[in-house]
Amino acid sequence: MSATVYVPRDASARSVGADDVAEALAAHAAARGVELRIVRNGSRGMLWLEPLIEVATDAGRIAYGPVGVDDVPSLFAAGFLAGGDHPLRHGATESIPYFAKQQRLTFARVGLIDPVSLADYEAHGGLRGLRAALALEPAQIVEAILASGLRGRGGAAFPTGIKWKTVLDTAADQKYVVCNADEGDSGTFSDRMVMEGDPLVLVEGMIIAGLATGATQGYIYLRSEYPDAAVALDQAIAAARAAGVLGPDVLGSGRRFELEVRIGAGSYVCGEETALLESLEGKRGIVRYRPPVPAVAGLFGKPTALNNVVTLASVPIILDRGAAYYRDFGAGRSRGTLAFQLAGNIARGGLVELAFGVTLRELLYEYGGGSASGRPIRAVQVGGPLGAFVPASDFDLPLDYEAFVAKGAIVGHGGIVVFDDTVDMAKMARYALEFCAIESCGKCTPCRIGSTRGVEVIDRLLAGDRPRLQLAVLRDLCDTMEHASLCALGGMTPYPVRSALEHFPADFGITAAAHGGH
Amino acid sequence: MHPPSDTPSSTDLAGAIERALTACAHLPGALLPILHAIQRELGWVPTEVVPPVADALNLSRAEVAGVISFYHDFRSAPPGRCVVKLCRAEACQAMGADALAAHLRATLGVDFHETRSDGAVTLEPVYCLGNCACAPACTIDGRLHGRLDAARLDRLLAVPATKVEPTA
Ligand SMILES: Cc1cc2nc3c(=O)[nH]c(=O)nc-3n(C[C@H](O)[C@H](O)[C@H](O)COP(=O)(O)O)c2cc1C
Ligand code: SF4
Ligand code: FES
Repeated sequence: MSATVYVPRDASARSVGADDVAEALAAHAAARGVELRIVRNGSRGMLWLEPLIEVATDAGRIAYGPVGVDDVPSLFAAGFLAGGDHPLRHGATESIPYFAKQQRLTFARVGLIDPVSLADYEAHGGLRGLRAALALEPAQIVEAILASGLRGRGGAAFPTGIKWKTVLDTAADQKYVVCNADEGDSGTFSDRMVMEGDPLVLVEGMIIAGLATGATQGYIYLRSEYPDAAVALDQAIAAARAAGVLGPDVLGSGRRFELEVRIGAGSYVCGEETALLESLEGKRGIVRYRPPVPAVAGLFGKPTALNNVVTLASVPIILDRGAAYYRDFGAGRSRGTLAFQLAGNIARGGLVELAFGVTLRELLYEYGGGSASGRPIRAVQVGGPLGAFVPASDFDLPLDYEAFVAKGAIVGHGGIVVFDDTVDMAKMARYALEFCAIESCGKCTPCRIGSTRGVEVIDRLLAGDRPRLQLAVLRDLCDTMEHASLCALGGMTPYPVRSALEHFPADFGITAAAHGGH
Repeated sequence: MHPPSDTPSSTDLAGAIERALTACAHLPGALLPILHAIQRELGWVPTEVVPPVADALNLSRAEVAGVISFYHDFRSAPPGRCVVKLCRAEACQAMGADALAAHLRATLGVDFHETRSDGAVTLEPVYCLGNCACAPACTIDGRLHGRLDAARLDRLLAVPATKVEPTA
């Protein structure tokens, strides 16, 4: 008997024992004389079920999870290799409602394939976007991206086609494509899951970006906290190079594209695009003044198409299926899908790719199943450490860039961090300022000094030291930081602070009386 | 690999610098790759690397020193034999990371950014490991762990806490 079992190599799955499970499966199979092929795939994104293993059967892939080493003997006893019944069995993976209801465009292959097998990649639609792009003029590729409505998934939501057009239209002897894989926001892991689960789609997206803009060299700036992604990317790049997908003659087209991974060094602000470029150049990650924008003068002063991992990973499907296909998903001016990430105190944490327009409530309860603790959800923070806290009363808000901005919030990179009713929002506001102080690049005073002042002010406020004065100082400080900071680290740290104050004043010891009193 | 905790001998140091420069000096923007290579080998970045690296890259010593001090990853002192990095960011806080931080400080007898006086362990904060759906998370000697609670942390740390010093 021979069988195929999928055990994710995803870092989250490994962090809860996937390697041990893979080893135990191999050992038990050997002891029973079963020929077992173990494929280390990416994660399907149902992270609360990790390690989620899948068995290939005639009825499709059958899921079991979360599997521990101790479950392995009973799985064999239950005949799991034939899809046998077991308390951990969830049926066909793709029929699990959490997964079945998603719209997987960018993440179509993540968890499905062997991430570093070019053959597997091509068998599941890989390289079709690149082949389509090779038949087009650069301006036509740019036009397709413009028409798709794709906006940057790294946070600022800037139209990708416009950025690429600027790079294309700027004449230079050398241009670059830079992938921002710094993914520093708490509550986000979609970049990581692409890089570990389908790294070739990022490689393909970057090559297409090169064809569109005239860039021949790409860099992936990867945060050092993601060593598993580094391994997967290196393997994928080696496979692509060996097959002539990367290199001096991309798929025999005579076009050139080289790609290299560079590792960051634990700095949040290096996710900001100009700080990232400084860092790639070997300098301190200090934010640059703009203009010029990186599309005109970026890496080493050359025109640079700088995009987030998920932005670039969404490019191949647009070229493959057409701009209209992608654009037809979404709401308002937010087109296509976003990979939402449910994190923190949530029963079913994981990755949910859906068209824009889904509400927070649907994500938190239909997908997420409510809090992990079983207590009421009190607030969520959307869009990372610079995103506003959204109270439960606003959970019907649709996830759409403009709808969030209208509420003083951001969608950002799509991370949703869930807090139950034990959260102390004054502590969270304090943390936001503390984080800003730790990570500030130091270029502007309001960010560098103001953040530390803010922590002190909140401490005095909580100690009951002249609360009305402290509140006024804190609000003033937020205004100064917002208006006098060069980048969003200083400029948007006020968002979590103000939203916490506005929606949860009692946590700051502010009663209705204190609002006007003391 | 467990980085040695003693100051490297001058030959180790010279060798590490030379290997890092040979491997990386030709790269555009070579400084970070060079520093990473040195830290991979030595476990930290001694100030003695500044002059030779600056000379090799045609940079001022101030520039190189400035880069080393800017990035949280580069250590200016040798780490303990075991390095624990606990995530202190929001998603992990929502799942009790602050209580774990207190637990670690108490059981390891060391505060964040510190190495215990016997050189056994270094405790560092980290801000998101991308494991936010399996929070709280930490790394121990570079290996990621999720769904932590105090008991699981104690089990995971039992081995490194009693580990003997590695022989080269
Ligand atoms: C403090 C700060 C941190 C950021 N971190 C990231 C990050 O980790 N990843 C990312 O893609 N964008 C990040 N951004 C946004 C980038 O500056 C930039 O807008 C983005 O990478 C552009 O790519 P996109 O258009 O594809 O989104 C950050 C911005 C700021 C101000
Ligand atoms: S706001 Fe802060 S991080 Fe941004 S440029 Fe100014 S000092 Fe640097
Ligand atoms: S917040 Fe701790 S792993 Fe992301």
